This record gives sequence, C-alpha cells and structure tokens, in this order.
Amino acid sequence: MNKLIELKNLTKNFDDQQVLRGINLDIYENEFLTLLGPSGCGKTTTLRIIAGFEEPSGGEVLFNGIEISKLPPYKREVNTVFQKYALFPHLNVAENIGFGLNLKKMDKDVIAQKVRKMLKMVGLEGFEKRDVTLLSGGQQQRVAIARALVNEPKILLLDEPLGALDAKIRKQMQIELKKIQQEVGITFIYVTHDQEEALSMSDTVVVMNNGEIQQIGSPTDIYNEPENRFVAGFIGESNIIEGIMIRDYLVQFDGFEFECVDKGFEDNEEIEVVLRPEDLDIVEPSQAKINGVVRNVTFKGVHYEILVETELRTYKVQTTDYAEVGRQVGLKFGPEDIHVMYRMGAY
Amino acid sequence: MRGKISRSKSSAKHTHATIGMILPLYIFTLIFVACPLLYMVALSFATPGEVHGVQWIFTLDNYRKILEPVYLNTFVQSFQLAITSTLFITLIGYPFGYFMAKLPAGGKKKAMLLLMLPFWVNSLIRLYGWIIILQKKGLLNFVLKKLDLIQKPLKIMYSYPAIVIGMIYVLLPFMILSVYSSAEKLDWSLVEAARDLGASKAKAFWTVSFRLTLPGLLSGVILTFIPSMGLFFIADILGGNKVVLVGSLIQDQMTRGNNWPFAAALAVIMMILTTLMILLYRKVTNAKEVEGLG
Amino acid sequence: MSDSFLELKDLKKSFTPGEYVLQGINLKIEQGEFVTLLGSSGCGKTTTLRIIAGLEQPDSGSVWLEGKDVTNLEPNERDVNTVFQNYALFPHMNVADNIGYGLKIRKVSKADIRKKVKEMLELVQLEGYEKRKPAELSGGQKQRVAIARALANNPRVLLLDEPLGALDLQLRRAMQLELKRLQKKLGITFIYITHDQEEAINMSDRIVVMNQGRFEQIGTPDEIYNHPKTSYVATFVGNANILKGELVGMDGTVAIRSENIILDENCKQGYSAVVKEKNFAAGQLRVLLVLSDGTEITASRFGMNANIQPGQQINWYFDLKNAVIVDNAKGERL
Repeated sequence: MNKLIELKNLTKNFDDQQVLRGINLDIYENEFLTLLGPSGCGKTTTLRIIAGFEEPSGGEVLFNGIEISKLPPYKREVNTVFQKYALFPHLNVAENIGFGLNLKKMDKDVIAQKVRKMLKMVGLEGFEKRDVTLLSGGQQQRVAIARALVNEPKILLLDEPLGALDAKIRKQMQIELKKIQQEVGITFIYVTHDQEEALSMSDTVVVMNNGEIQQIGSPTDIYNEPENRFVAGFIGESNIIEGIMIRDYLVQFDGFEFECVDKGFEDNEEIEVVLRPEDLDIVEPSQAKINGVVRNVTFKGVHYEILVETELRTYKVQTTDYAEVGRQVGLKFGPEDIHVMYRMGAY
Repeated sequence: MRGKISRSKSSAKHTHATIGMILPLYIFTLIFVACPLLYMVALSFATPGEVHGVQWIFTLDNYRKILEPVYLNTFVQSFQLAITSTLFITLIGYPFGYFMAKLPAGGKKKAMLLLMLPFWVNSLIRLYGWIIILQKKGLLNFVLKKLDLIQKPLKIMYSYPAIVIGMIYVLLPFMILSVYSSAEKLDWSLVEAARDLGASKAKAFWTVSFRLTLPGLLSGVILTFIPSMGLFFIADILGGNKVVLVGSLIQDQMTRGNNWPFAAALAVIMMILTTLMILLYRKVTNAKEVEGLG
Repeated sequence: MSDSFLELKDLKKSFTPGEYVLQGINLKIEQGEFVTLLGSSGCGKTTTLRIIAGLEQPDSGSVWLEGKDVTNLEPNERDVNTVFQNYALFPHMNVADNIGYGLKIRKVSKADIRKKVKEMLELVQLEGYEKRKPAELSGGQKQRVAIARALANNPRVLLLDEPLGALDLQLRRAMQLELKRLQKKLGITFIYITHDQEEAINMSDRIVVMNQGRFEQIGTPDEIYNHPKTSYVATFVGNANILKGELVGMDGTVAIRSENIILDENCKQGYSAVVKEKNFAAGQLRVLLVLSDGTEITASRFGMNANIQPGQQINWYFDLKNAVIVDNAKGERL
C-alpha cells in the first residue's frame, strides 16, 4: 500500500511549551487511523499540522513524498470535519454540501448529482431542502461529513467529531463512519480521547501522551500487547504488577512463579506484568496461587466489577459470576493472559 | 528539551506581513491626525494678531485667559450639563438595554431596527423636530392642554431642560447599545445559579447581572459623557443664547472672535479633560477585566 | 398529600402548543437515594430537573418535598440545589466567594462562611484554592467547585444536570466514583441526569428511563439491565437484540443481550444464521448475524476468535433465563 503521509520528527512549540516532541508517523492509503490520547497530548495539534492550520516548529510533513508544511490548507487535498460541525445556518442541506463545489464553479447539475450521491451515502436521502438548524446532532454531523467528502479529498481529518452527541447516537455514528470510510475508500485520520471509540473503528491506533507517540498498532495489538505502562493503563482496564522475568516463558510476581508466553527479556530482568480484569476468574482459594478477600462488588450490567484484596495489592476482576463481599477467593488465569512489559524508567 | 525556544521562521513571516498592513494606516494617522493636533497645540501658545490672524510669539496668555471667571464658568456649565445628561441617560438607557437583551430573537431585531431608524435622519434635522414639539405653540403643550393637565403653556424651549432633553435624545442610543451588547453576552444560567443558591430576583440581579453588565454601563457612560461636553449645536439650537458651552465658545472664538490661539487653548484643555476621563475609565474597567469579564 | 421524601405528581409541561415535553410523570424518591433520570436528548429529563429546582413551572401537577407542596415556591425558597451542566460559576468572584455565595445571601457570619468553604474544599479535594478565579481552573476543577458551591448550603436534595458531560473519558470515570463516594458519605438525596447508560448503571440506586416525556421504566440497575420491560429500555441500556418470539418458540417480542447469545461454529445446537460482519473492540468480539427471517442480531463475547468469517453459516443459542419478554405480541407495553 502507498504511503500517503509521512511525518518526520515533527516538533511544535507554543510560547514556552513544547506540545510535540518529535513525531514520526507513516500514514497509508485507505487507512482508518486514529490519534488517541488524553487532553493536551498533542493529537489535535498533529491533526492541525496535517491540515495546514498550524506550521510545525521543526520536522517535515510529506504528502506523496512532497514537503507540504508551508502549503496553506486550501491548497492541500485534505478536508476536515470539526466537533462543532460549523454548518452554514443560512444555507440548506444541499447548499451546505455543495458549498466547496460551488466555489470551484462546477456545473449546477453536476453539483446536484454529487450532492444526491453524498446524501445517500450518509443516509440522509431527500434532505436537500431541509433547514440545517432544525436537524438533530447526529444528522448535522452527517451533513458536515458529506460536505467534506463531496470535495473528494485524498484524506479526511476528523477532530473528535462525535464528542457533542449522546452516547447512544455516538455508538451508532461510529458504525456509520466506519462504513463510510470503507465505501469511499480514502484515508480517515481521526482524533479522540475515547479509547473504546478508537478500538472499535480503526485499522491503526496511534497512542499519544505528552507530545510523544507511545505506541502504534492495530486495535488488537494495542489492547493485547501494550508496550508500556501508559498504554496498558490508558487502554482498557488493567492490573499492573511489578515482577521479575526469571527466564523466557517464566515470570515471577506477587511471590509466585507463573508460566507465560513472553520471551526476549534478560534473565532476572525487572519487568511489569499486565493482567486484564476480564481474564481473571474467581475460583475457590485452593484452585489458584493468588488468594484474597472480596472487598467490593459493583454491578456494571455486562458484568460485575469485583475488587479482590490480596496481601500485596488489590486486583480488579470483571466477571459474570457474583461473589459476596468478605468471601475468600482465588484468582485464576492462564499463561496467555499474562502480558509482560519493560518496566518504566528501567532503561 | 527545556530552555530558550527560538522563534520559528513562520512567526517572523507573520510579523513582516502585519507591519506591511499597518504601515499605510500608520502614515495616514500620522499625517491627518497627529499633525493637525500638534499644530493646534502649537497654536495655543501663540499670540493673536492685532485684528486677525496669528503672531508666532510664545505666550501663556491664552491659558491665563481661560482662568477668567467668564470662561471658567463655561467649563463648569459644560461639565454640569454633561453630568446631568449622562445621569438621565443612564437611568433610562440601562433598563432599556438590559430588557432589550432579554427579548426573544424576533423582538430583538425589531427593537434594534426601531433604535437605529432615527439615525438615518440627520441629527440636526431631528433636533428641529424637537423644537416643533417643545415650543410654546408646539405639540407637547397642545397635548397637555387638551388633557387639561396645564392651564398656561410650558416654556421649555430655549432653556436648560430643553438642552438636556436634546442631549438625552441624541445620545441615548449609545448607552442602550452599549448596555445591550454587554447584557446580550450575559450567561443566563448564572442568574439561575444565583436563584438556585438562595438569591431573590432582586439579589440575583444586583450580585450577578448588574456586576456582569457593568462594563457595558461604564462604556455607555463614557460614550455619552464625552460627546455631551462637546455637542454644542444642541445647546445652540435648543438653548438659544441662554446657555453657552465650551464647544460653542470655541466655535465663536474661531469665527466671530477671530482669536484662533485662544480657541486652540480651549480645545487643548477640552482634549486633556477628555483624555483624563478615558484613562479613568480604562483604569476602572481594567480592574473588571482582570475579574474575567473582559 | 405526600409521605415520600420527594414526590412528583402527574407533571405535565409543554413549551409549544400541542407538543408535550412532559406527559404526566409520577415519581417517589426516598431520602438518601441516588436516582438517575436516563434518556436521550429531548426526552424531558432536564425539564423535570428544572421543575424540581423551581427554574421552570409545570403546566399542571405538583412537586412535594418532605410532605409539603413546593410547586409554587421560588427556586431560592426551596431546600434544593443544582449543579449545572456548564458549571455556571460566577466569573467575577473567586472560588471562595462562589462557594460561599448562598451562605452570604442567608447572612451567615463571615467566620462561619470561611469555615464552611474550607470544609467544602476539603470535601472535593481542592484545599487551598480559595483565591483562584474560575477562569484559571480546569474542567474537572470547575466541576468540583460547582459541586462544593451547591453542597455548602446543606440542601435536602442535590440536582446534577449531566455534570460530567464536558470531561475526558478517564476523568469522567474518576469523577463518577468521586460523586458516588460523596453521596454515600453525605447521605444526601442525589437526582442525576445523563444520556450515558453506563454512567447510570455505575452510579445509581435506581434508574428512571425516560422517553419522549414519559417514564418507560423505574428500577435498580440490575432490574433495568436484566429485566427490561420495553424494547426501548432493552436497547437503550446495554446492547440488546429484539426479535420476534416465534423465531425461538416464545410468545411476544423477546429481548436478549448480546453477551447472552452463544455461538456454535460447529452448527450442532440452536438456531441457524449467517455471519454478516465481525468487529473487535476493547477486548470484546462482536459478531453480526442474519437470522432466517432477515432479522439482524449481535452476539458478543470476550476474547478474540479469528475463526469466524463473514458469509459463514453459524448456529446460535441462549439460556432461556436470559431472554426477557418486552412489549407483548400486540406491541403494547407491559
């Protein structure tokens, strides 16, 4: 697949603050890529640099091999969808969508045809003459997307576009957006702080924190093989425990040795272990090495969230089985559930 | 990487562009505003010619002349008029602007239109309209007599009250608009929060709405006070020769009196007074801005 | 008359003629409860809250607090305080003055106000923030000041209007725990509004699911989740599949949660279906199936399994105790 965008060593400073500390990233054609991280991590700044609304302080932005960091936004084959839609209230739906095409002085019939095609794709057939101010949030967002896509950009940038929507609508729109991306076949670069959103929509997830990329990978990789404590803590729920890698496939933590499926560390290297709450089972104390007492049970609908206090720490467990507070239990998990990471600050 | 971050090339480019755009305006202001002002200041230190014209001999006589009771009184009268007008304008204009901001969108547009409409007619002509209303055989006396509220016609024209009415009429929209723009930005959920926390309607208004629309009020005060010191044509038309304002005085000295230096000195003093007031206003509103209202 | 702590009687409200935002709602709330009004935009939950606060008057119906009819009382006459969605902190006052506002109105002594403000700041973990201005605070901090300001007045009921909406996901989760802890500690009745069902389930003693001005169901999180009464509740809270009972030998309309649909790749037991799509998110595998009559359902489970492909024939089944009858065969609500 073609490399569409290359970010090489991007840095950005605002006054005295360094917002981006050297971003290196390749973005491919037809990819749904998400920049994921907490507020202030630099994800929106990165997006704005790709769009052309900001110039980097250092580094390069290559589009199909050509440096474009000095190119203004309207000269790039890129369109943006914002969180606040920015629809023109004095124009109806069709006029909003056709706005960019009108500027290019396209034939009126051609514009009408393209608008109709876009409306069909975003599921708003027949909405041409509607007043945009009377549409629901989800509908407005779809008009914003149609307005961006009708210009046939090579890349669509989306800056937390679903943030203003109700939880239920947001989940529906996530599915819609993914479908649209696959239908249109162009690259989507998506920004969000919601890791569930990122994991459900993306081909590639780029986890960022503090102006740096923490990890790049598919949702599965990011979820199952977090490379460091930040990613492990940010994505999904985790129990993170310090331990020692005795040798390949054998790890020690919480006073016990466990078989695991990781290798490549030095013998007796200090490491950290990640155990996902949904991989832990509650069993009789005699059936597991690690034992503890149930301290808290919360009903979460899909499962119970149970806090088990052991000698050294409290484990978070997600299970459909109920266990009363105060009961002695054992925590059972398999070798494939143990994920070993380098210990932060150890190198 | 801590430490000094050097300015990137892009910000330098921005500065060049900005200077390029501002330079023409700067030169314009220099030529057409600064130079005349400097000329006026210079003039105020010159000596008037025997019959007319100017002799460029330095003197402070012009300023000493201002201290004569006659002329000093003019300043005092202008000040008094300005204060009186501003007071009435505030009392009428603040509630007007505040409630206008509370109207629904359609009502706001209509109110704005009604407010703006008179501006399409020259203010001089509108003042003549007031003469028709206020004079002895005018509309006001006609209506009051018809309603049997008075026996003899009121003598309002060519008096102090007439001038005040004229001032209010001309300057009120500025106060209303100033208050309106401030009140429009008011976050009504703050008023609801105040009510929710135990404030009565009145308390909520004074502790929240009023405090937050104060900048609009103060702006309005300045926008009315300063002009009301100088709008001498209102005094001329509605006050006849009874009331003399500084503006009229200056005009007089420039035309009939042929004493440009003295006129210049009067103008300079007016300018200083006005500048002092603006500085005072900025000092007061800056304090408000720090509180997050600006 | 009312013997509940807080009672809403037959509240009706419309803003435009003919369109009812509230269609006659009734609710009884006990002291110390954490009740959440859950629903999507426009369902009437905010209007309900504002009527309880006194910021809105109902067209008909009444609000009773501790046995007294408070419907006609002004907001400042009720022992109820609100945490607004956009915080509504007074920008021209610092944190201490914001929190002490209600007390100052009631002419509490300066010394007592100072003490109470300090106590409140400790409660929301913002000690030392007295002199800060709202403009200098982060979203989460503003939220906590708003809560402190409301609680400083010792209200009998605290109303919270989607207070966590503007916060990052991580911060929101942390604040949910904080609020719950606070509520348990203080024992005050909380009435909470949200459109996020996860949030409602995490925090509430009871949930009121609202739809177009009506209450669809009132119950504990467990009841709402595992025993939804209508298809709206079943689909709004969690992921539920709604199918015709006849497909699985039951009467009426049936709701089964995605996680309770078990897949059998070997097509041995259960009902037949075709896999339409497979999706993976946050440790959960979600498979979209097309049933024999064209209905689409979603099955979900933990862990990844790469052996399921779109177009594949597959079987599915479920435990009867996990199927709930919602509406009935005639489409009426139970």
